[in-house]
Amino acid sequence: MDMNGEHRIAASRETVWTALNDEDVLRACIPGCEELNKTSETGFHAIVVQKIGPVKARFEGEVELTNIKAPESYTIQGEGKGGVAGFAKGGADVTLAEEAGETLLAYTVHATVGGKLAQLGSRLIDSTARKLAGKFFDNFQAHLNPEPAAETA
Amino acid sequence: MSDGIGARVKRKEDKRFITGKGKYTDDIRMENQAYAAFVRSPHAHAKVTGIDASAAEAMDGVIAVLNGAQLTGDGIGNIITGWAITSKDGSPMNIGAWSALATEKVRYVGDAVAVVIAETQAQARLAAEAVDVDYEELAPSVSTAKTLQDNQPLVHDEIANNLCFDWEIGDEAKTDAALSGAAHITEIELTNNRLSPNAMEPRAAIAVFDSAEDHYTLYTTSQNPHVARLVLSAFYNVAPEHKLRVIAPDVGGGFGSKIYIYPEEITCLWASMKTGRSVKWTADRSEAFMTDAHGRDHVTKARMGFDDTGKIVGFKVDTIANIGAYASLFATATPTYLYGTLLSGQYDIPAIYGNVKAVYTNTVPVDAYRGAGRPEATYLIERIVEKAAREMGRDVADLRRTNFIRAFPYQTQVLLAYDSGDFDTVLDMAQKAADVAGFPARKAEAASRGKLRGLGYSCFIEACGLAPSAAAGSLGAGVGLWESAEVRVNPVGTIEILTGTHSHGQGHETTFCQLASDRFGIPVENVSIVHGDTDKVQFGMGTYGSRSGPVGMSAVMKALDKVEAKVKKIVAHSLEASEDDIVIEGGEAKVAGTDKKMAWHEIGLAAYMAHNLPEGMEPGLKETSFFDPVNFSFPSGTFICEVEVDPETGVTQIVQFVAADDFGTIINPMIVEGQVHGGVTQGIGQALLEGVVYDDEGQLLTGSYMDYTMPRADDVPSYVIGHGCTPSPNNPLGLKGCGEAGAIGAPPAVINAIVDAIGTENIEMPATPQRVWAAIQATQMPVAAE
Repeated sequence: MDMNGEHRIAASRETVWTALNDEDVLRACIPGCEELNKTSETGFHAIVVQKIGPVKARFEGEVELTNIKAPESYTIQGEGKGGVAGFAKGGADVTLAEEAGETLLAYTVHATVGGKLAQLGSRLIDSTARKLAGKFFDNFQAHLNPEPAAETA
Repeated sequence: MSDGIGARVKRKEDKRFITGKGKYTDDIRMENQAYAAFVRSPHAHAKVTGIDASAAEAMDGVIAVLNGAQLTGDGIGNIITGWAITSKDGSPMNIGAWSALATEKVRYVGDAVAVVIAETQAQARLAAEAVDVDYEELAPSVSTAKTLQDNQPLVHDEIANNLCFDWEIGDEAKTDAALSGAAHITEIELTNNRLSPNAMEPRAAIAVFDSAEDHYTLYTTSQNPHVARLVLSAFYNVAPEHKLRVIAPDVGGGFGSKIYIYPEEITCLWASMKTGRSVKWTADRSEAFMTDAHGRDHVTKARMGFDDTGKIVGFKVDTIANIGAYASLFATATPTYLYGTLLSGQYDIPAIYGNVKAVYTNTVPVDAYRGAGRPEATYLIERIVEKAAREMGRDVADLRRTNFIRAFPYQTQVLLAYDSGDFDTVLDMAQKAADVAGFPARKAEAASRGKLRGLGYSCFIEACGLAPSAAAGSLGAGVGLWESAEVRVNPVGTIEILTGTHSHGQGHETTFCQLASDRFGIPVENVSIVHGDTDKVQFGMGTYGSRSGPVGMSAVMKALDKVEAKVKKIVAHSLEASEDDIVIEGGEAKVAGTDKKMAWHEIGLAAYMAHNLPEGMEPGLKETSFFDPVNFSFPSGTFICEVEVDPETGVTQIVQFVAADDFGTIINPMIVEGQVHGGVTQGIGQALLEGVVYDDEGQLLTGSYMDYTMPRADDVPSYVIGHGCTPSPNNPLGLKGCGEAGAIGAPPAVINAIVDAIGTENIEMPATPQRVWAAIQATQMPVAAE
């Protein structure tokens, strides 16, 4: 599964960068996140519950940040095991650009799934991933700006 | 004699099936029954670096968690393939070790690494999730076409280039010479799509170990319980044969996929011994998609040469056959002796050469599936012949007639000698039924509605009635392929027929009874069949390869001969007549030309009372026979498919399907038609709908009915069926077998019809609307003026 996208966030690049490295922010913003704890300067342990098509699973895994160029970019790499549901693994290159006091966040994702997730959910991975990414950025935006502007349809 | 040979007797077994009273493996409950759940690899290719079962072992209801090291440590043998193939350079085939539970490496998604035994199925499955397996992932080799390449990962480290064998048949030099002198050469490249067998009943097993007797009983979804017992005993070291009983109760469809002895049955038997519990396992549909042996999966290039009259002069075939991660029981025979030997089709071809490379990939094993090799041969031959006809501007039927074999027996260039057939008559019959003469008008009418009509043929022949044992043995078979039968006449005159074949949808309980009914003139209700239990039936090779009729019924006929001979002796003695004058009909034995007779039940009673038997005759009335055929049987036929394609959507509708067969003698036309309906529907499924897809990582993407399309009622037309008849000279009834014909003959008829409709050969199975639409678009791209 390959996906890329851009989101404009109404906050400074430093604010966004800090939030993207803050385990409390991430735990609050990642859809279905049950646990997220820093295990090192650049590592996290996470448990995320997700439903993809007919497969609902609790993924437990490690996430590692590499290629860190604060506050411009990093690569986030991770793998989660979901028991009989299979596994998901992949990474995303994330860049932050300053634009008129706001931040343009761009990402490219490459991910693969295996086991039951591939057998039952492969056609739904793309749309699910897009939906989850959208939800994450909505949450993220809301977290940074507790009183956001009225949403456009 | 209304119940005899040729009568449309309603299926005796259907009362229990359609009232929900069938007794399948999963319906059986044992005292002390526990449940197995398998821990399966989510990776196509990985090293197993550790298994931590501690969390699972602590869970509620868990009795044991067992792994491959324990299994092999207890001496359970590796899973075998049943047919030894020799490569063209004389070297033996390369077989990768296959343990029922993987030890060092997993080789396909679904490969089992451990099993949980627990009190309930839910507890077993929950605990299986908690078994923590550490995998070191390896790059997989997935593509049939590419797995032989030097840069590909090795499925089995010790097998270079993933090559199981490189086999040949026919005469290459002669074929090359014939092709070099040909007036016209037609070339084709095609893929025979990979199929999931989808029996309605998933596989299941219950293993019962009796520690007091050191005896095992296995209830399982098997097409051949005796072969299962033989293999479990002789190769997997579960128990000696007299300490192992295998019962295949009602089985809900097999299509080949239930021939094989799978890891799960072996593991359940072993786990029953380890835990002292009866161990039950029933596959869910996801496990069936992942672990049932798939079918087909060939990539082929071929060239056929013609002289200037349209006579075929040579045929050269190069095939790569994917056998998956491990060589399953018939996996090596299917792409060789069930494929290469059929490359002559219905045609007199003086020079043929076939080369088949069987290859390993990180996918579930591929083995025989309804038709097994013969659909692959038929698809190739019938596609290339029609392509050639179009290239040469010949009528597709006339070109076939130019090449038909007309004198029998006919020795092909690829080992087989056809015993009988009448291809012209069957083709005539099909053309008449399909109203081929009226097709141009129908095509024009369809065109007026913006639709594309096409007509496609398939003239197929198959080798069935597996198989003459000595011939099979000389080609590498690991077993004899005869069949046994026992006919027991009870003291009251009712009859039990014991057969080593196994009915899992074929209607044996009806057709086998018709043989005795026909012979003695007794009602079919007074005859029953005993099968599927190694303790009851002496031995047998099971049901596949359309063998139950030509081989199994022939054994029954021989046993009936013996019963009849003894009956005549008893009656002649009782009525003081010559046994030559005894006539048995209508449930009576009469002395010809007199009014002296004995009713059938009186004869049975006389045999068992033994108060007045001929001098020296043993009491009782029970005879056994083994029948070993002298040749295969050769069912053939012509299918004509008419399609209407919507060029706007690519949707193909089959508007007419004519199936004209030559099955030799037919015992029950209704049941034969049912077999044709089912087979043709599966063939249409392959042609239009079905296809297993693995992604580049070896993940199975078609793991449910959301992504794997089975044919439904509205995908198929009401079939038109006709029967020609040239009886097989090689068995007492002249039977040829009918179980596989539909699946063998249908795919090329459908695809040829689509090609005829859309005007391009560039279409692969399954011909989904998307593919058909794309093929039509490709033909309509702007091209330079001619």
